[in-house]
Amino acid sequence: MIPAAFEYHRPTDMAGVLAVLEEHGDDARVLAGGHSLIPMMKLRMAEVPHLIDLQDVSGLGGIDVRTGEVHIGAMTTQTEIIENAELAQVCPILKEAALQIADPQVRYMGTVGGNVANGDPGNDMPGLMQCLDATFELVGPDGTREVKARDFYEAAYMTDREDDEVLTKVVIPAHGAGYAYEKQKRKIGDYATAAAAVTIVSDMGKCVQASIAMTNLSDTPVWSEAAGAALVGTSLDDAAVDAAVSAMLGDIDPTQDNRGPIEFKKHAAAVILRRAIARAWSRA
Amino acid sequence: MKDEVTTREDRVEALGGMGCKRKRVEDARFTQGKGNYVDDLKLPGMLFGDFVRSPYAHARIKSINIDKAMAVDGVVAVLTAADLEPLGLHWMPTLAGDKQMVLADGKVLFQGQEVAYVVAKDRYAAADGVELVEVEYEELEVLTDPFAALESDVVLREDLQGDGNGLPDGAHGPRKHHNHIFYWEAGDKEATEQVLEEAEVVAEETVYYHRTHPCPLETCGCVASMDKVNGKLTLWGTFQAPHAIRTVVSLISGIEEHNIRVISPDIGGGFGNKVGAYPGYVCSVVASIVTGVPVKWIEDRMENLMTTAFARDYWMDGKISATKDGKITGLWCHTTADHGGFDACADPTKFPAGFMNICTGSYDIPVAYLGVDGVYTNKAPGGVSYRCSFRVTEAVYFIERMIEVLAIKLNMDASELRKINFIKKEQFPYKAALGWEYDSGDYHTAWDKAMKAVDYDGLRAEQAQRVEDFKAGKTRKLMGIGLTHFTEIVGAGPVKNCDILGLGMFDSCEIRIHPTGSAIARLGTISQGQGHATTFAQILATEIGLPADSITIEEGDTDTAPYGLGTYGSRSTPVAGAATAMAGRKIRAKAQMIAAYLLEVHDDDVEFDVDRFVVKGAREKFKTMKEIAFAAYNQAIPGIEPGLEAVSYYDPPNMTYPFGAYVCVMDIDVDTGVTDIRRFYALDDCGTRINPMIIEGQVHGGLTEALAVALGQEIAYDEMGNVKTGTLMDFFLPTAWEVPNYETDYTVTPSPHHPIGAKGVGESPHVGGVPCFSNAVNDAFRAFGLTHTHMPHDHWRIWKTANELGLHG
Ligand SMILES: Cc1cc2nc3c(=O)[nH]c(=O)nc-3n(C[C@H](O)[C@H](O)[C@H](O)COP(=O)(O)OP(=O)(O)OC[C@H]3O[C@@H](n4cnc5c(N)ncnc54)[C@H](O)[C@@H]3O)c2cc1C
Repeated sequence: MIPAAFEYHRPTDMAGVLAVLEEHGDDARVLAGGHSLIPMMKLRMAEVPHLIDLQDVSGLGGIDVRTGEVHIGAMTTQTEIIENAELAQVCPILKEAALQIADPQVRYMGTVGGNVANGDPGNDMPGLMQCLDATFELVGPDGTREVKARDFYEAAYMTDREDDEVLTKVVIPAHGAGYAYEKQKRKIGDYATAAAAVTIVSDMGKCVQASIAMTNLSDTPVWSEAAGAALVGTSLDDAAVDAAVSAMLGDIDPTQDNRGPIEFKKHAAAVILRRAIARAWSRA
Repeated sequence: MKDEVTTREDRVEALGGMGCKRKRVEDARFTQGKGNYVDDLKLPGMLFGDFVRSPYAHARIKSINIDKAMAVDGVVAVLTAADLEPLGLHWMPTLAGDKQMVLADGKVLFQGQEVAYVVAKDRYAAADGVELVEVEYEELEVLTDPFAALESDVVLREDLQGDGNGLPDGAHGPRKHHNHIFYWEAGDKEATEQVLEEAEVVAEETVYYHRTHPCPLETCGCVASMDKVNGKLTLWGTFQAPHAIRTVVSLISGIEEHNIRVISPDIGGGFGNKVGAYPGYVCSVVASIVTGVPVKWIEDRMENLMTTAFARDYWMDGKISATKDGKITGLWCHTTADHGGFDACADPTKFPAGFMNICTGSYDIPVAYLGVDGVYTNKAPGGVSYRCSFRVTEAVYFIERMIEVLAIKLNMDASELRKINFIKKEQFPYKAALGWEYDSGDYHTAWDKAMKAVDYDGLRAEQAQRVEDFKAGKTRKLMGIGLTHFTEIVGAGPVKNCDILGLGMFDSCEIRIHPTGSAIARLGTISQGQGHATTFAQILATEIGLPADSITIEEGDTDTAPYGLGTYGSRSTPVAGAATAMAGRKIRAKAQMIAAYLLEVHDDDVEFDVDRFVVKGAREKFKTMKEIAFAAYNQAIPGIEPGLEAVSYYDPPNMTYPFGAYVCVMDIDVDTGVTDIRRFYALDDCGTRINPMIIEGQVHGGLTEALAVALGQEIAYDEMGNVKTGTLMDFFLPTAWEVPNYETDYTVTPSPHHPIGAKGVGESPHVGGVPCFSNAVNDAFRAFGLTHTHMPHDHWRIWKTANELGLHG
């Protein structure tokens, strides 16, 4: 488990990062917390001749709670998400989800930017960001652009981000909704067998808005628009929840692995979603 | 230094001897990161070795090209079988009487098999070199199923085909098929089958104990250093049996044994994985001889899981017969044992299936039969005892599942069935139907204590209510009550029937008392986390009356330690612990003569009292052991040699038979297959208890490894022979998060033949824990018609069981 040789770069500003990316193209990659990238390099599944450490780059950290939205710098660690009291007030689902990622040691290092940019279908933050309708800010040679989380993921490890772009922050609209992040895993530090992110806004006992996204049940996170829509306008009676679950099952496409066969994963996805909906509704 | 003021209890306490919760002396360094493991060793000029491994499970090697690898900056040499062949080292003997390729000789038999060994100036260059060795393979048909292997025309081991005049015998007699290794049996087949035929009730089940791996935190590794000037080879490594390794190295290399020094430094867990000899050791030795500088080899985690000794992989077909009211009349077992590409099991020579013939368990079974067929497949070699004495965990899992299956057949409570059939206290020593003589036991007392502690009847009532609630749609969780009463057989073993490679399985201790009353004791064993430096000093403190804190325990250096067979199979306390006590008694015998001389009385007129010899009838006249020690070095005592030293080689008269009663209470979510262990009660009887705190630690660790195996830990292969669980992402290693609170308890039934009555405990919790967790899962579904489902009970397999029983609507 020894990586191939690589050149280590440690720029202090974004211009420096972009310069290395421009010079080496897809031979260069940025390093955030390293807890996805370094294992891949050690397994020699990722060859990265030029590694650009983002640690010293200014302006990539910080959690900024504003009216109506939250800005989270790409280099914010999962631990910082968990520990930020203001964030827990306005967007508590982030903490609930982050606490189910890996273990404390990984969370001290792993970053929000790395988790969403990585493109691994097992990562928990991408589905969560889709559920919350977050926007990613990317900086590249041609300047800054924004992409919706719901439009960002193309296939496993394939995203809308160009090789010479850096993800700088995540912007999440404040939602004030009932929420739940429910995850089934085999053990601590495991990726999901099935996970569901759910937010529900209720008014007078009726669901007026709902958003549902699933993790590790396809080669990308799955925001199931139809599942959310099935809940809107109902008081979450059994028929509505059944409709949401079957809509979700129509959108996911799990594969068999050591966690189990497809049939089991679909069953688990349904159970997990039901639990997430129930919890989110109880908080709505 | 007379100390009349202190009471006898004070003096006992000051010794820190047997029975006290002495803190582990090892922990000061382990908890501060100050341990000294083989990978901590850095020698001047040291090179690093790394393996090119086969991506295929079965393939012929057409060619190996090392040119590009040799061109890597820092690569010094690349060894292949062709380089080892002139030295006769391209194959090596295994502990099971088979031989194993050191580097692929024309073909490979399992994924990850060693093909070439790259030696370089550092690990990085070695890994780069490994990438660039070009190997051309021709894929062959892969056999991963032992039953299919016994039917197949595909010959896995062409080297064992002989000269065409029939299939030559293997190390354990005739072979039935070219992929067959041995057939071994115990008991009386005919009589057993007769009993089964005529029995009122017979329960049958096939019980598969899946392949798993001991996965110690520290992987295997070594540093070989050949000093060409004085001809001495020093080999540091993760060896559970350093002396045996020295003998093996001598036999296969031709280097005389006195010129080989094997050192096991601190070892980060072994659990059987570090008993055998691996190609990495041989290649490192050869590389050091060739280059004249030290060579280090350290496995990474994937290599450890995929290639060094696995455990289990036993298919056990069982039949158990009984009367209608539950008295067991016979037990029949046929096992198909998947040994992988080479037979590298670590068992005593005469026991190719280990002590699997302890599979009559804790029960008085009049007649029994066990037959075992060993089979070659395209999987990694090994078959070690993962935290158990030789195949004992398989045996106990088998009988404890069969008891449950029989209870279902009889529609009887599984605790009741056990009680009816336990060997009774007065039957010990008990001669079991498959040959062993159990030295001691009191099963009913232990069992009753356990049932009472957990309120067994209350649990069953709660479970019945839960089933009602489930059927009424009030809950989706079932409750399982896992029961196990295990009997282990440890402390291998009597030289008359136990040897490894012809080396009798005695063990040893050598003691030197220093003039000022402190001591060093050296043993033939080697701790891998068991706390020998703590407990062996306690045994000695009690035996020789010097404080445990004044006794250094040293193990693992073959130049200084007396010959011993090492640490595995819970043998250290039963065998080396006995040697320690016996050597201590020799010290005491001489001390008695010295004391008598100093006190000017006859030898028989003094007696030992905690830390001193006192004059009988005049206890105020005494000499402390400290005073005696000094006298041994400064007095000219007529008829007595100066000094105070002793050595003992202990050949145990019998094995010891620890036992225990375990109960697991588990809730199971039938929709997700997620288990929640609500309670785990473990009563262990390991005879005399040397250090209750260390026992408790061993029980916690063993139970945790049992939980791992029962609930998810496996080495799984696909049909192509690819390892599917080669990293810790998929290979289940529990953390504090998955582990329940354990309640420990004990009874004490000393071993009648062991000098201090101790029996060994390191493996009991694993042996007893695995069936207990598994029985809990099975038991949860008993009310819905389940008889048996195979481990590992991970989420999806439990879900599948529930699904097949129609519990998902
Ligand atoms: C044992 C273990 C268990 C884990 N369990 C989970 C889990 O349950 N759930 C989960 O979600 N994750 C899990 N992870 C992954 C962990 O959360 C990672 O930290 C995370 O996926 C990546 O974040 P990072 O900061 O470490 O990114 P890195 O590993 O540094 O980078 C990951 C990828 O993203 C790219 N990247 C990083 N930052 C940026 C950026 N700002 N702009 C553009 N590209 C960027 C890198 O080039 C790389 O390709 C686990 C990891 C381990 C080791």
